Amino acid sequence: MSKPKLALYWAASCGGCEITVLDIEEKILDVAAFFDIVFWPCAMDFKYKDVEAMEDGSIDLCLFNGAIRTSENEAIARLLRRKSKILVAFGSCACDGCIPGLANLTTREEILDWVYRGSPSTINENGVRPQPKVRVPEGELEIPEFYEEVRTLAQVVPVDYFMPGCPPQPPQIVKVMTAIMTGAQLPPPGSVIGAGDKTCCDECGRTRQEKRVKRFYRPWELVPDPDQCLLDQGIICLGPATRSGCGALCVKANMPCRGCYGPPPNVTDQGAKMISALASVIDSQDPEEIQRILDQIPDPAGTFYRFSVPASLLHRRRSAPAA
Amino acid sequence: MKEQERFEPRIIGFLCNWCAYTGADLAGVSRMKSAPNVRVLRLMCSGRVDPTFVLRAFQLGADGVLVAGCHPGDCHYQEGNYKALRRTLLLKRVLRQFGIDERRLRLEWISASEGEKFARVANEFTEEIRALGPLELTAALETGPALELEEVRA
Repeated sequence: MSKPKLALYWAASCGGCEITVLDIEEKILDVAAFFDIVFWPCAMDFKYKDVEAMEDGSIDLCLFNGAIRTSENEAIARLLRRKSKILVAFGSCACDGCIPGLANLTTREEILDWVYRGSPSTINENGVRPQPKVRVPEGELEIPEFYEEVRTLAQVVPVDYFMPGCPPQPPQIVKVMTAIMTGAQLPPPGSVIGAGDKTCCDECGRTRQEKRVKRFYRPWELVPDPDQCLLDQGIICLGPATRSGCGALCVKANMPCRGCYGPPPNVTDQGAKMISALASVIDSQDPEEIQRILDQIPDPAGTFYRFSVPASLLHRRRSAPAA
Repeated sequence: MKEQERFEPRIIGFLCNWCAYTGADLAGVSRMKSAPNVRVLRLMCSGRVDPTFVLRAFQLGADGVLVAGCHPGDCHYQEGNYKALRRTLLLKRVLRQFGIDERRLRLEWISASEGEKFARVANEFTEEIRALGPLELTAALETGPALELEEVRA
């Protein structure tokens, strides 16, 4: 009998999700023994046409990491969706947009302008911009189109499961792979797997007090007490607005949670949740003082939505309306 | 024809049960004229207004959102309105970063006896949003047709 087929793909991502798959250490051997790996561009030599030649639905499990930034990302997302029985949005980029999704707070034009003209290290006297199609003596060359916005995988194709994290933590991957390999009953499609169903605070061992914050600090501005809640100390920690599952790794290293496991269950918009939480801890009733305290947060959207701009209710920045 | 051309803003008003809603009610029973553009939702407290409600309102087509509660010191739950104040100030900054004019979100203190103030705020705010023009987020938020599961698996 042939082995179940496994595909792994990276779209707009950093490669961390590929590494975390290997971070399951010797368990990767079990995975390789159980599955027939049919597509994994990062690690093995496959071509897109190999996937195109496969029968629809012939891939049993596809772990798709990365957001949808270019037409290539989208085309492969659609292709793998068609070929896969179970499509998993693997990691924060595919689930919520993650760091590439922060680009949604600017525009395509601003990005291209900065990269090909504005940045101090750019030398581009002729103002050359990449074109999706270009004619050269040898024929026509084509590169993927750079989209106006970054989208999550589920904004492009239907997704069976969401496995959050930047990257998903190896113990969670082992748990999920073991469940799949032992044929355990999988949760209903659309579920979040490989994560908890509470907030990051639930996994955090620090002592919490009634929060009264007069001043916000950035992590480098003070050495935090390792036993006290970071938010109590005025460090913006996204724990209250983040799903559990990582084991509170960052806070154990005395760094605040940045929110990579995405919104907790029943929360639609991670940033809105964090705005709500932070507004509750500020110790002031005076509008001007509140404004002063809030001004200590240099980049609210980028902080509260660090991992989830594309998945947020607003998706991206609107260009300013014509005056 | 001219009537059709005039932009009628859609405004969602989150009013607290104890002050602002009662104020709006007073405006009504006193037969004051106020812009019908403000669609009122009654909540127990302005502190109940989760920022998600505001974003959801914009996402679903609101051009402006009004949050109104008791005057400082008068909150039925002691400090819900201060919470609303802090949330609103922070949310305005985030809205700005998302390219949404922060004037589209307005916080007002309206007591139960200030029917006249509710009418004035509703009228003023409607005119302000009319001048800002439609937000038109709903169409812009369409992320393109995601295929149906049956379709891709067929």
